[in-house]
Amino acid sequence: MNWNSAADFFAMGGYGTYVWGAYAVTLACMAVEPVLVVLRHRRARRALGGAPR
Amino acid sequence: MIDKTHWRLFRFASPATFYPLAGKLVPWFAAVAAVLAAAGLYLGMLRAPTDATQGDAYRIIFIHVPAAWMSMLLYVVMAFWAAIGWAFNARLASVVARAIAPTGALFTFLALWTGALWGKPTWGTWWVWDARLTSELILLFLYGGYLALVSAIDDTRRADRAGALLAIVGSVNVPIIYFSVIWWNTLHQGASVSVTAAPKMASVMLLAMLLMTRAFWANAFAVIFVRTRAIALERDNHAAWANDAVARAPVRQGASS
Repeated sequence: MNWNSAADFFAMGGYGTYVWGAYAVTLACMAVEPVLVVLRHRRARRALGGAPR
Repeated sequence: MIDKTHWRLFRFASPATFYPLAGKLVPWFAAVAAVLAAAGLYLGMLRAPTDATQGDAYRIIFIHVPAAWMSMLLYVVMAFWAAIGWAFNARLASVVARAIAPTGALFTFLALWTGALWGKPTWGTWWVWDARLTSELILLFLYGGYLALVSAIDDTRRADRAGALLAIVGSVNVPIIYFSVIWWNTLHQGASVSVTAAPKMASVMLLAMLLMTRAFWANAFAVIFVRTRAIALERDNHAAWANDAVARAPVRQGASS
Protein backbone atom coordinates (compact mmCIF):
# COMPACT_ATOMS: atom_id res chain seq x y z
CA MET A 1 0.00 0.00 0.00
CA ASN A 2 1.30 3.39 -1.01
CA TRP A 3 -0.60 5.51 1.54
CA ASN A 4 -0.32 5.99 5.30
CA SER A 5 -3.84 7.29 5.90
CA ALA A 6 -7.10 8.12 4.16
CA ALA A 7 -6.30 11.83 4.39
CA ASP A 8 -2.99 11.10 2.70
CA PHE A 9 -4.82 9.31 -0.08
CA PHE A 10 -7.32 12.11 -0.67
CA ALA A 11 -4.59 14.75 -0.62
CA MET A 12 -2.77 12.94 -3.47
CA GLY A 13 0.52 14.53 -2.47
CA GLY A 14 -0.97 18.00 -2.88
CA TYR A 15 -2.43 17.27 -6.32
CA GLY A 16 -5.84 16.22 -4.97
CA THR A 17 -7.78 18.92 -6.85
CA TYR A 18 -6.34 17.86 -10.20
CA VAL A 19 -6.45 14.10 -9.69
CA TRP A 20 -9.95 14.01 -8.18
CA GLY A 21 -11.21 16.63 -10.62
CA ALA A 22 -10.16 14.35 -13.46
CA TYR A 23 -11.56 11.21 -11.84
CA ALA A 24 -14.86 12.77 -10.72
CA VAL A 25 -15.76 14.04 -14.19
CA THR A 26 -14.71 10.76 -15.82
CA LEU A 27 -16.79 8.76 -13.34
CA ALA A 28 -19.79 11.05 -13.75
CA CYS A 29 -19.70 10.79 -17.56
CA MET A 30 -19.18 7.04 -17.57
CA ALA A 31 -21.99 6.54 -15.05
CA VAL A 32 -24.49 8.77 -16.85
CA GLU A 33 -23.91 7.52 -20.41
CA PRO A 34 -25.06 3.92 -19.72
CA VAL A 35 -28.21 5.24 -17.99
CA LEU A 36 -29.00 7.45 -20.98
CA VAL A 37 -28.61 4.65 -23.53
CA VAL A 38 -30.69 2.23 -21.44
CA LEU A 39 -33.45 4.85 -21.18
CA ARG A 40 -33.28 5.43 -24.93
CA HIS A 41 -33.55 1.70 -25.56
CA ARG A 42 -36.50 1.46 -23.18
CA ARG A 43 -38.25 4.34 -24.95
CA ALA A 44 -37.74 2.57 -28.27
CA ARG A 45 -39.22 -0.65 -26.88
CA ARG A 46 -42.19 1.18 -25.37
CA ALA A 47 -42.85 2.99 -28.63
CA LEU A 48 -43.28 -0.46 -30.16
CA GLY A 49 -45.64 -1.47 -27.38
CA GLY A 50 -43.19 -3.89 -25.88
CA ALA A 51 -41.94 -4.61 -22.40
CA PRO A 52 -39.46 -1.93 -21.25
CA ARG A 53 -36.70 -4.43 -20.64
CA MET B 1 -34.70 -18.34 -49.97
CA ILE B 2 -31.11 -17.41 -49.24
CA ASP B 3 -28.28 -18.68 -51.39
CA LYS B 4 -26.38 -21.30 -49.43
CA THR B 5 -23.06 -19.89 -50.56
CA HIS B 6 -23.66 -16.60 -48.77
CA TRP B 7 -21.15 -15.69 -46.10
CA ARG B 8 -22.25 -16.81 -42.67
CA LEU B 9 -20.85 -13.51 -41.44
CA PHE B 10 -23.66 -11.64 -43.14
CA ARG B 11 -26.11 -13.35 -40.80
CA PHE B 12 -25.06 -10.80 -38.19
CA ALA B 13 -25.71 -7.97 -40.61
CA SER B 14 -29.40 -8.63 -40.03
CA PRO B 15 -30.90 -6.68 -37.12
CA ALA B 16 -33.11 -9.68 -36.36
CA THR B 17 -29.97 -11.67 -35.51
CA PHE B 18 -27.87 -8.86 -34.10
CA TYR B 19 -30.51 -7.45 -31.74
CA PRO B 20 -30.87 -10.50 -29.44
CA LEU B 21 -27.16 -11.36 -29.68
CA ALA B 22 -26.10 -7.86 -28.61
CA GLY B 23 -28.67 -7.99 -25.83
CA LYS B 24 -27.07 -11.16 -24.48
CA LEU B 25 -23.54 -9.72 -24.69
CA VAL B 26 -24.20 -6.37 -23.00
CA PRO B 27 -24.35 -7.63 -19.36
CA TRP B 28 -21.09 -9.53 -19.89
CA PHE B 29 -19.27 -6.51 -21.27
CA ALA B 30 -20.63 -4.39 -18.41
CA ALA B 31 -19.48 -6.93 -15.82
CA VAL B 32 -16.03 -7.25 -17.40
CA ALA B 33 -15.72 -3.45 -17.46
CA ALA B 34 -16.61 -3.20 -13.77
CA VAL B 35 -14.19 -5.95 -12.70
CA LEU B 36 -11.30 -4.62 -14.79
CA ALA B 37 -11.90 -1.04 -13.62
CA ALA B 38 -11.92 -2.17 -9.98
CA ALA B 39 -8.64 -4.04 -10.47
CA GLY B 40 -7.07 -1.19 -12.44
CA LEU B 41 -8.09 1.45 -9.90
CA TYR B 42 -6.87 -0.71 -7.02
CA LEU B 43 -3.44 -1.10 -8.61
CA GLY B 44 -3.23 2.44 -9.96
CA MET B 45 -4.57 4.41 -7.02
CA LEU B 46 -3.53 2.25 -4.06
CA ARG B 47 -0.59 0.08 -5.05
CA ALA B 48 1.38 2.00 -7.67
CA PRO B 49 4.19 4.12 -6.18
CA THR B 50 4.33 7.91 -6.37
CA ASP B 51 6.17 9.12 -9.48
CA ALA B 52 9.62 10.55 -8.80
CA THR B 53 9.21 13.65 -10.97
CA GLN B 54 5.45 14.24 -11.24
CA GLY B 55 4.37 13.23 -7.74
CA ASP B 56 0.85 11.85 -7.54
CA ALA B 57 -0.43 14.05 -10.36
CA TYR B 58 0.69 11.31 -12.74
CA ARG B 59 -2.18 9.08 -11.49
CA ILE B 60 -4.41 10.87 -14.00
CA ILE B 61 -2.65 8.67 -16.57
CA PHE B 62 -4.88 5.72 -15.62
CA ILE B 63 -7.89 7.45 -17.14
CA HIS B 64 -6.23 9.92 -19.51
CA VAL B 65 -4.39 7.42 -21.71
CA PRO B 66 -7.28 4.90 -21.92
CA ALA B 67 -9.70 7.72 -22.83
CA ALA B 68 -7.32 9.06 -25.48
CA TRP B 69 -6.72 5.61 -26.96
CA MET B 70 -10.45 4.89 -27.06
CA SER B 71 -11.17 8.27 -28.68
CA MET B 72 -8.89 7.36 -31.61
CA LEU B 73 -9.85 3.69 -31.83
CA LEU B 74 -13.58 4.43 -31.81
CA TYR B 75 -13.17 7.01 -34.56
CA VAL B 76 -11.46 4.46 -36.81
CA VAL B 77 -14.12 1.84 -36.00
CA MET B 78 -16.89 4.39 -36.64
CA ALA B 79 -15.40 5.38 -40.01
CA PHE B 80 -14.96 1.69 -40.91
CA TRP B 81 -18.60 0.75 -40.24
CA ALA B 82 -19.85 3.95 -41.84
CA ALA B 83 -17.86 3.04 -44.96
CA ILE B 84 -19.18 -0.55 -44.93
CA GLY B 85 -22.70 0.77 -44.52
CA TRP B 86 -22.22 3.04 -47.51
CA ALA B 87 -20.30 0.67 -49.79
CA PHE B 88 -22.47 -2.42 -49.24
CA ASN B 89 -25.71 -0.60 -48.44
CA ALA B 90 -25.59 -2.43 -45.08
CA ARG B 91 -28.07 -0.65 -42.85
CA LEU B 92 -26.96 -2.17 -39.58
CA ALA B 93 -23.35 -1.09 -40.22
CA SER B 94 -24.54 2.51 -40.54
CA VAL B 95 -26.50 2.14 -37.32
CA VAL B 96 -23.37 0.89 -35.54
CA ALA B 97 -21.40 3.88 -36.85
CA ARG B 98 -24.02 6.26 -35.48
CA ALA B 99 -24.08 4.41 -32.18
CA ILE B 100 -20.31 4.78 -31.79
CA ALA B 101 -20.15 8.55 -32.36
CA PRO B 102 -21.49 9.82 -28.99
CA THR B 103 -19.28 7.42 -27.03
CA GLY B 104 -16.25 8.41 -29.11
CA ALA B 105 -17.01 12.07 -28.52
CA LEU B 106 -17.33 11.43 -24.79
CA PHE B 107 -13.93 9.74 -24.60
CA THR B 108 -12.41 12.58 -26.62
CA PHE B 109 -13.84 15.10 -24.18
CA LEU B 110 -12.52 13.05 -21.24
CA ALA B 111 -9.05 12.83 -22.81
CA LEU B 112 -9.01 16.62 -23.16
CA TRP B 113 -10.47 17.24 -19.70
CA THR B 114 -8.13 14.89 -17.84
CA GLY B 115 -5.26 16.20 -19.96
CA ALA B 116 -6.01 19.78 -18.91
CA LEU B 117 -6.07 18.76 -15.25
CA TRP B 118 -2.79 16.96 -15.73
CA GLY B 119 -1.20 19.77 -17.72
CA LYS B 120 -1.86 22.47 -15.12
CA PRO B 121 0.27 20.97 -12.32
CA THR B 122 2.98 19.50 -14.58
CA TRP B 123 3.29 22.05 -17.42
CA GLY B 124 1.82 25.07 -15.62
CA THR B 125 -0.98 25.48 -18.15
CA TRP B 126 -4.42 23.97 -18.78
CA TRP B 127 -4.08 24.25 -22.51
CA VAL B 128 -1.47 24.89 -25.16
CA TRP B 129 -1.91 24.92 -28.95
CA ASP B 130 0.51 22.07 -29.42
CA ALA B 131 0.08 19.54 -32.21
CA ARG B 132 -1.14 16.68 -29.98
CA LEU B 133 -3.70 18.77 -28.11
CA THR B 134 -4.91 20.63 -31.20
CA SER B 135 -5.37 17.46 -33.27
CA GLU B 136 -7.28 15.82 -30.38
CA LEU B 137 -9.52 18.90 -30.21
CA ILE B 138 -10.10 18.55 -33.97
CA LEU B 139 -11.16 14.95 -33.29
CA LEU B 140 -13.82 16.25 -30.90
CA PHE B 141 -15.02 18.64 -33.64
CA LEU B 142 -15.10 15.74 -36.13
CA TYR B 143 -17.31 13.68 -33.82
CA GLY B 144 -19.49 16.74 -33.22
CA GLY B 145 -19.63 17.49 -36.93
CA TYR B 146 -20.62 13.90 -37.72
CA LEU B 147 -23.40 13.94 -35.12
CA ALA B 148 -24.69 17.33 -36.28
CA LEU B 149 -24.59 16.30 -39.94
CA VAL B 150 -26.46 13.00 -39.56
CA SER B 151 -29.11 14.60 -37.37
CA ALA B 152 -29.60 17.52 -39.77
CA ILE B 153 -30.59 15.33 -42.76
CA ASP B 154 -34.09 13.88 -42.60
CA ASP B 155 -33.62 11.05 -45.09
CA THR B 156 -31.96 8.42 -42.90
CA ARG B 157 -29.92 6.69 -45.57
CA ARG B 158 -28.78 9.97 -47.13
CA ALA B 159 -27.73 11.10 -43.66
CA ASP B 160 -25.80 7.83 -43.24
CA ARG B 161 -23.95 8.39 -46.51
CA ALA B 162 -23.13 12.02 -45.77
CA GLY B 163 -21.92 11.02 -42.32
CA ALA B 164 -19.81 8.23 -43.80
CA LEU B 165 -18.10 10.68 -46.15
CA LEU B 166 -17.30 13.01 -43.26
CA ALA B 167 -16.10 10.13 -41.08
CA ILE B 168 -13.85 8.71 -43.81
CA VAL B 169 -12.30 12.07 -44.73
CA GLY B 170 -11.84 12.92 -41.05
CA SER B 171 -10.05 9.66 -40.32
CA VAL B 172 -6.87 11.23 -41.74
CA ASN B 173 -6.73 13.08 -38.41
CA VAL B 174 -6.21 9.90 -36.39
CA PRO B 175 -2.64 9.14 -37.55
CA ILE B 176 -1.91 12.86 -37.17
CA ILE B 177 -2.90 12.64 -33.49
CA TYR B 178 -0.95 9.44 -32.99
CA PHE B 179 2.29 10.61 -34.64
CA SER B 180 2.00 14.28 -33.66
CA VAL B 181 4.46 13.83 -30.79
CA ILE B 182 7.04 12.49 -33.29
CA TRP B 183 6.35 14.78 -36.24
CA TRP B 184 6.31 18.00 -34.26
CA ASN B 185 8.14 19.33 -31.26
CA THR B 186 5.30 19.14 -28.76
CA LEU B 187 4.93 20.00 -25.11
CA HIS B 188 2.99 16.76 -24.83
CA GLN B 189 5.32 13.88 -24.03
CA GLY B 190 6.00 11.06 -26.46
CA ALA B 191 4.42 7.63 -26.16
CA SER B 192 5.19 5.83 -22.89
CA VAL B 193 3.96 2.56 -24.36
CA SER B 194 4.41 1.39 -27.93
CA VAL B 195 4.37 -1.85 -29.83
CA THR B 196 8.01 -1.66 -30.87
CA ALA B 197 9.82 -0.61 -27.69
CA ALA B 198 9.87 -1.64 -24.05
CA PRO B 199 7.44 0.45 -21.98
CA LYS B 200 8.99 3.43 -20.22
CA MET B 201 7.13 2.97 -16.92
CA ALA B 202 7.02 0.74 -13.87
CA SER B 203 5.25 -2.56 -14.47
CA VAL B 204 2.53 -2.01 -11.85
CA MET B 205 1.71 1.35 -13.46
CA LEU B 206 1.67 -0.23 -16.88
CA LEU B 207 -0.57 -3.07 -15.71
CA ALA B 208 -3.01 -0.61 -14.10
CA MET B 209 -3.12 1.44 -17.30
CA LEU B 210 -3.73 -1.61 -19.48
CA LEU B 211 -6.48 -2.87 -17.14
CA MET B 212 -8.17 0.54 -17.30
CA THR B 213 -7.87 0.54 -21.09
CA ARG B 214 -9.58 -2.87 -21.26
CA ALA B 215 -12.24 -1.62 -18.85
CA PHE B 216 -12.96 1.43 -21.02
CA TRP B 217 -13.02 -0.85 -24.06
CA ALA B 218 -15.54 -3.23 -22.48
CA ASN B 219 -17.60 -0.26 -21.27
CA ALA B 220 -17.65 1.14 -24.81
CA PHE B 221 -18.85 -2.20 -26.20
CA ALA B 222 -21.69 -2.39 -23.66
CA VAL B 223 -22.85 1.19 -24.22
CA ILE B 224 -22.52 1.05 -28.00
CA PHE B 225 -24.42 -2.25 -28.22
CA VAL B 226 -27.32 -0.84 -26.20
CA ARG B 227 -27.35 2.29 -28.36
CA THR B 228 -27.20 0.18 -31.53
CA ARG B 229 -30.21 -1.81 -30.34
CA ALA B 230 -32.09 1.40 -29.56
CA ILE B 231 -31.37 3.02 -32.93
CA ALA B 232 -32.18 -0.21 -34.78
CA LEU B 233 -35.61 -0.33 -33.10
CA GLU B 234 -36.23 3.37 -33.73
CA ARG B 235 -35.46 2.97 -37.41
CA ASP B 236 -37.25 -0.30 -38.07
CA ASN B 237 -40.31 0.43 -35.97
CA HIS B 238 -42.57 -1.11 -38.61
CA ALA B 239 -40.43 -4.16 -39.30
CA ALA B 240 -41.55 -7.59 -38.23
CA TRP B 241 -38.25 -8.37 -36.51
CA ALA B 242 -38.56 -5.31 -34.27
CA ASN B 243 -42.07 -6.25 -33.17
CA ASP B 244 -40.96 -9.83 -32.59
CA ALA B 245 -37.95 -8.72 -30.59
CA VAL B 246 -39.96 -6.40 -28.41
CA ALA B 247 -42.82 -8.82 -27.87
CA ARG B 248 -40.30 -11.53 -27.09
CA ALA B 249 -42.32 -13.86 -29.21
CA PRO B 250 -41.56 -17.58 -28.80
CA VAL B 251 -40.37 -17.75 -32.42
CA ARG B 252 -37.20 -15.79 -31.69
CA GLN B 253 -35.28 -17.42 -34.51
CA GLY B 254 -37.03 -18.94 -37.47
CA ALA B 255 -36.00 -22.43 -38.50
CA SER B 256 -34.83 -21.09 -41.85
CA SER B 257 -32.24 -18.75 -40.38
